[in-house]
Amino acid sequence: MREMLLAMGYDRWVLPALLLIPLAAAAIILLLPGDAERRWHSARAVALAAFTVEFLVSVGLWWSFDPATPGWQAAVHMPWIPSWGISFSVGIDGISLVLILLTTLTMPLTVLGSWTSVRTRAPAFYTLMLILTTGMLGVFMALDLFLFYIMWELMLVPMYFIIGIWGGERRIYASVKFFIYTMLGSLLMLVAILYVGFHVGNPAAPPGFGYDDLLTRLSVTPVAARWLFGAFFLAFAIKVPMFPFHTWLPDAHVEAPTAGSVVLAGIMLKMGTFGFLRFALPLFPQAALDPTIRAIVLTLAVVGILYGALVALVQPDFKKLVAYSSVSHLGFVMLGIFALTLQSVQGAILVMINHGISTGALFLLVGMLYERRHSRLIAAYGGIARVVPLFAALLTIVSLSSIGLPGTNGFVGEFLVLLGSFRTEPWFAFAATIGLILAAAYLLWAIQRILFERLDKPENAGLRDLNWRELGLLAPLIACIIWLGVYPAPVLRRTEPAAARFVHLVEHGYESAHPAPPRTPIIQPPKARGR
Amino acid sequence: MIAPALQAAALAAAPHPLSGTAADWVWALPLFPLAGFLVNAALAVVAVARPGPADPSADRHSAPDATAAGEDVAGHGPGAGDADAPPPARHRFASVVSLVGPLAVGLAFALACAIFAAMARVHPTTPFVQTYFHWIPAGDLQVNAAFQLDQLSLTLVLVITGVGALIHLFSVAYMGDDPGYARYFAYLNLFVFFMLVLVLGASYPVMFVGWEGVGLCSYLLIGFWYADRANADAGKKAFIVNRIGDFGFLIAMFLLFVQLGTLDYTGVLAAAPGGLEAGGPVVTVICLFLLLGCAGKSAQIPLYVWLPDAMAGPTPVSALIHAATMVTAGVYLVVRSGLLFAMAPAASLTVAVMGAVTALFAATIGLKQWDIKKVLAYSTISQLGFMFMAVGAGAYVAGIFHLVTHAFFKALLFLGAGSVIHAMHAAYHATHSHEDAQDMRNMGGLRARMPVTWILMWIATLAIAGVPLFAGFFSKDEILGTIFDRAGGSILRDAHWLGIPGGVVLYAIYGMGLVAAFLTAVYMTRLMLYTFHGQNRTGEAARPHLHEAPWLMTGPLLVLGALSAVGGFLNTPAFLPIGPAETLARWLDPVVGPATALIAAGAPGDADPRRGLLLSLIAAAVAATGIVVAVVRLGRSAPVRAGAAPETGIESVLAHRYYVDEAYDRGIVRPLLAFSNRVLWQGVDGLIDGLVTLGARVWVWFGGIGSALQTGRVGTYAWALVVGALVVLAITIR
Repeated sequence: MREMLLAMGYDRWVLPALLLIPLAAAAIILLLPGDAERRWHSARAVALAAFTVEFLVSVGLWWSFDPATPGWQAAVHMPWIPSWGISFSVGIDGISLVLILLTTLTMPLTVLGSWTSVRTRAPAFYTLMLILTTGMLGVFMALDLFLFYIMWELMLVPMYFIIGIWGGERRIYASVKFFIYTMLGSLLMLVAILYVGFHVGNPAAPPGFGYDDLLTRLSVTPVAARWLFGAFFLAFAIKVPMFPFHTWLPDAHVEAPTAGSVVLAGIMLKMGTFGFLRFALPLFPQAALDPTIRAIVLTLAVVGILYGALVALVQPDFKKLVAYSSVSHLGFVMLGIFALTLQSVQGAILVMINHGISTGALFLLVGMLYERRHSRLIAAYGGIARVVPLFAALLTIVSLSSIGLPGTNGFVGEFLVLLGSFRTEPWFAFAATIGLILAAAYLLWAIQRILFERLDKPENAGLRDLNWRELGLLAPLIACIIWLGVYPAPVLRRTEPAAARFVHLVEHGYESAHPAPPRTPIIQPPKARGR
Repeated sequence: MIAPALQAAALAAAPHPLSGTAADWVWALPLFPLAGFLVNAALAVVAVARPGPADPSADRHSAPDATAAGEDVAGHGPGAGDADAPPPARHRFASVVSLVGPLAVGLAFALACAIFAAMARVHPTTPFVQTYFHWIPAGDLQVNAAFQLDQLSLTLVLVITGVGALIHLFSVAYMGDDPGYARYFAYLNLFVFFMLVLVLGASYPVMFVGWEGVGLCSYLLIGFWYADRANADAGKKAFIVNRIGDFGFLIAMFLLFVQLGTLDYTGVLAAAPGGLEAGGPVVTVICLFLLLGCAGKSAQIPLYVWLPDAMAGPTPVSALIHAATMVTAGVYLVVRSGLLFAMAPAASLTVAVMGAVTALFAATIGLKQWDIKKVLAYSTISQLGFMFMAVGAGAYVAGIFHLVTHAFFKALLFLGAGSVIHAMHAAYHATHSHEDAQDMRNMGGLRARMPVTWILMWIATLAIAGVPLFAGFFSKDEILGTIFDRAGGSILRDAHWLGIPGGVVLYAIYGMGLVAAFLTAVYMTRLMLYTFHGQNRTGEAARPHLHEAPWLMTGPLLVLGALSAVGGFLNTPAFLPIGPAETLARWLDPVVGPATALIAAGAPGDADPRRGLLLSLIAAAVAATGIVVAVVRLGRSAPVRAGAAPETGIESVLAHRYYVDEAYDRGIVRPLLAFSNRVLWQGVDGLIDGLVTLGARVWVWFGGIGSALQTGRVGTYAWALVVGALVVLAITIR
C-alpha cells in the first residue's frame, strides 16, 4: 500500500491537495445557479462530495505514514515571503496524522447531520464549513509559525459566522463572546509569534518563522520566554478551554447549530491542546518546566476535570451538559501533556481523538433529537427508549464511551493519561481519577432522565426513530469507538515517535538551559528495592 | 521488566504441559457467549427497529403508533407488577433466542469441562498464558490481550458457565412472556462474556475490562424494566457505587505499575518479593486500594448499598449476577493478588474485619425484611462477608470453597424465590390484584401448592444455615476453623490492626462469624416459615391460581438442589473420615499455595484433630440453635399481615436498614448537587462571566470615546490637531 502511494507521488501532493479541495468546492458552491431551494440541494451535495473526496484523499496518509521514519512526512516547502523568512511549509508527524484523519472523517458526517436542518442561506453555510476545514487542516500541518497563524485565524472567522447566523436564540451573544475570547488570545499569540520570528539566531539576520529553525536556533532570555509562553498559553488555554477560560464554551456549544457544535467540540477544541504539544512547550521548555508554572497549569487541569464534571451534573440542558463534560475531558489532556511521560502524552493524544469521536457523536445525537422535538432540555424527555430504541441504543453506547468504559475508546486514553501522570505527578493523577466517578454520574443520570423512566409526555410518544441517513452517519463513529477500545495499537504505534519526541524536546531543552541538577529520566526503570 | 521477560523466554523454550490439549481452546470460552450476545442483540434490534423515512422533513404523515413502534418495556415480566400494561406477546424471535441464549453458555460450559479434564490429568504447576495481540503498548507499558488459565481461573469458569447455563435455562421459562426477551438474553450473554474475561484475563487491566463490563451488564439488567423510575435509579446507583470501587482498583494498578513496572499476574508475582517491602506502607496501600475495588463490586461496607436495590432486576439476574458470580469477583481479586495481601498483614486484617462486620451487619438487617428478595440480598452481602473473612485471614481455599458452594445454594434460593414470585405474580395477574407479589406477608402455606420448590428451598436453607453434611456446612466450617487457627499462629497474629494485636482481632472475627452464622439460620428459617408454612395469606380469589413452576424452571432447580446437598464434599476436612479429604485445597494449591504458606508461617505444627472436630460441633450447634429459635419464636406469634402496625425501636431501625441510604443521600449526594449548582455553576461561572462582560463593557466605553471624536467636522479635527501638537511640543521641548 505504502509503496503504491509513494509511486503515485502521493507524499508530494497530498497535503496541499487537502488544503485546496475545500477551497475549490467553496468556490463552486458560490457559483451555483438556481433558486434558493435548488441551491440548497446542490450546495449540500457539493459539500458532501468534496468532504468525501477529502476523506478518501487523506485516508492514504494512514498507510503512507511510516512511524519508523524520523522527521516530518509528506512535507512540502515553498518560499512565500522570503524577505521575512516566511514560507509555505507543511508536513505531518503522528499527532498531525491522527488529528487530520479525525477532521476529514468528521466533516462529511457534519454535512449529513445538517442535511435537513440547515436550509436558510445553505450555500453560505457550506462555503463557510469548507473554508473552516482548510483552516483546521492547515493548523495541524503548518510548519511555519506565520502560516500557522494565518490558518488559525482562517478557522475562527467562519465559526463566528456559523454560530452567529445559524445558531439558536441567543446566537449573537454566544458568537460575540466566542469572538472576544478567542481574539484576545490569538492577538497576544500574534505578538508572541512576531517576537519569536525576529529573535531567531543572529539579531542582525532577517526574521524566520520556520518551526524546525525556531526549535534549534531560537534565543530569548528566560524572562522573555516566560512572557512568550504566557501569550501562547492564553491563546491555547482559551481554545482548550481550561478553567477559568471556559465560559465561552457552554454558550457557543449550545447556540451553535449541530454541525457547528460537532466541529467545535470534535476538532476545534483540539487546536488548543495541539498548540501546547506542537508550539508552547517545545519552543519554551524552560518556561513550561518552571515549577510554579507547572503547578499552576496542573492545578487548573485537575480543577477543570472536577469542575467540569460537577457542573455538568446539574445542567438542565443536554448540550450544556456535554459542553461542561468537554471541559472535564480536555482537563485530562492537559494533565497528560504537562505530566510529560510517554504514557501520559500518548494518552493525551488518544483522549483528543476519543473526545472528538464521542463528543461529536453525542452532539449529532442531540441534534437529531432537537430536530424532532425542538428542545434540548433533559426534562422535556423521559422514557423515550420505548419509542426510539435505536436512538436509545446508540446514545447509550456513545455515553459509555464518554464515561470511559473499558472496551470502548474512552478507557484507553484516560487510563494512559492517569497511569503516565501517576509516575511524575501522583497527587494530581489521584485527584483526576475521581473525575471518572463523576463522569459516570452525570452521563448516566442524564440518559436515564432522557431514555428511561416513564414515557409521560404525550408529545414524545410520536417520536420517529433514527432513519437510514442518521444511522449511516453514526455508524463510522460507533465503529471507531469499538475499534479504538479493543485495538488501539495501530494508532499508538503511529503516534509514539511524535510523543517521545515531544517529551524529549521539552526535557532536553530544559536540561540544556539548566545543566544541574539533572531531572530523573522520563522512563524510569522499575525500582529494585531489596530492602 | 526483566523477570517476566525471562519467564516468557523460559515458557517459550519449554512448551507448557497444557499446550496441545483442550486448553489451547481457552480463547473460545468467552467467544461463545459473545456470539450469543451478537445474535440476540441483532434480533432484539431487528424486532423493534423501524427506521423512519430517509428524510424526516419529508415525513408529514401522522406519527406512528408509539406502542407498536417501540418494544414494550412497560414492565410486564414477573416481578414488575404492572397490571395496566397490554397483554403479553411473545417475542417475534422467541424460539431462536431460546435456543441461542442458553446454548452459547452451555457450549462454553462443555468446553470448560473438556479443559478441566485436561488440566486434571496434567495438574500443571505454572499458569498457561495465551497472548493474542498488543492491547495498550506505550513505551515500557505493554498490556497484552492475554488469557491465563490455571486452577483458580478454571474453577471460576466452571461455576460461571455451569450455574450460568442453568440460570439461562430457567430464564427461558421465567422471561418467556416478556416483550424484551431478546434484549434480556443479549444482556445475559454479554454478562457471561465479560465475567469470563474477568476471570481469564492475564493482567490487571484485562481483568478490569471484565470488571467494568460486568458492572455495565449489571446496570443494564437491574434497569431492565426501565419504565419504572425506581428500577432505573437502582441500575444507576449500582454503576456509580461500583465506579467508586473502580477508582480504588485503578489507583492500585497505577501504584503497582510505578513500583513494579508491570501489570500482568506473572510479572507482578515475580517482581513483588523483590520490588515491594513486605509489611511496608506501599504494599499495604496498594492492597487497601484493591480492597476498595472489592468493596464496590462485592457489596461490602461501606459500598454495599447498591446490592439490595439491585433486586429491581429480573430474579434470574439476581441469581446469576448478584449472588453466584459477579459479586464474588472481589473475592477472586483478593485471592488472585494473594501474594500481595500476604505481604501486607495489616491490609489482610482489614479485609477480614470488613468481611466480619459486613457479615454481621447485613445478617441483622436480613432479620426484618419482608420482601423475599431483599432477605436474600442481605443474606448475599452477609455471605460475601464470610468469604472476605476467609481471604482476609489467608484462608484462600476456604474463601473460594465458600464462593463455590454459595453459588450453588444462593442461586437455588434466588431461583426458588423466582419460582414463588412467578406463581404469586401469575395468581395476582389472573385476579387483577395489585398486591405485592414479593412480600412474604402475602405468602404462607405455599408448600402444598409448590412442593418441589418447597423441598429444594429447604435443602438450600439447610445448606446456607450450615447444617452438617450440606454444602454450606463444610465451607463455612472451614472458614471459621481456619480463622481460629490463624489466631493461634500466623503472621497475622503477630501483626497489628489499628494498634490491636492481630490475634485478638482474629478471635473477635471468629466470634462475629459465629453470631452471623446463628443469625443466618434464624433469618433463613423465618423466610421459609413465612413463605411455605402456616396459613396461606395470598387471598381467596388468587389462591386457586397458585401453582408449581413448569419443568423448565424446576429442572435447573433440581440440579442446583443436588449440588447444594453434596457440594460440600468438594473439600471435606481431614479429620472427618468421609471420602477423599481436601480435594479443592490440593487442586488450588499451585495457585494459592505460596501465599497461604507465607501467611500461615509460624503456625504450630500439627493441629490437634480433636480441636477441628470440636469447632465443627460448635458451628453445627449454632446452626441448629438458630433454626430452633426461629421456629419457636415465629411458631408462637401470629403471622403479620401486610400493612400491619409499624415496628418500633431497634426493629424499626433494622427494617429501615440503619438509615444508611438516607444518610448517604443527605450527607453526600444532595450537598454535592447543591454545591455544584449554587457555588460552582451559578457562583463561579457567573463570576467569570461577569468579569468578562465587565471587560467587554470597558472596551466598548473606550470605543465610544473614539467614535464620539469621529464627528466628521473638519473644524474640530483642526482644533484637535493644533492642541495635540502643542501638547507634544510641551512634553518634548525642555
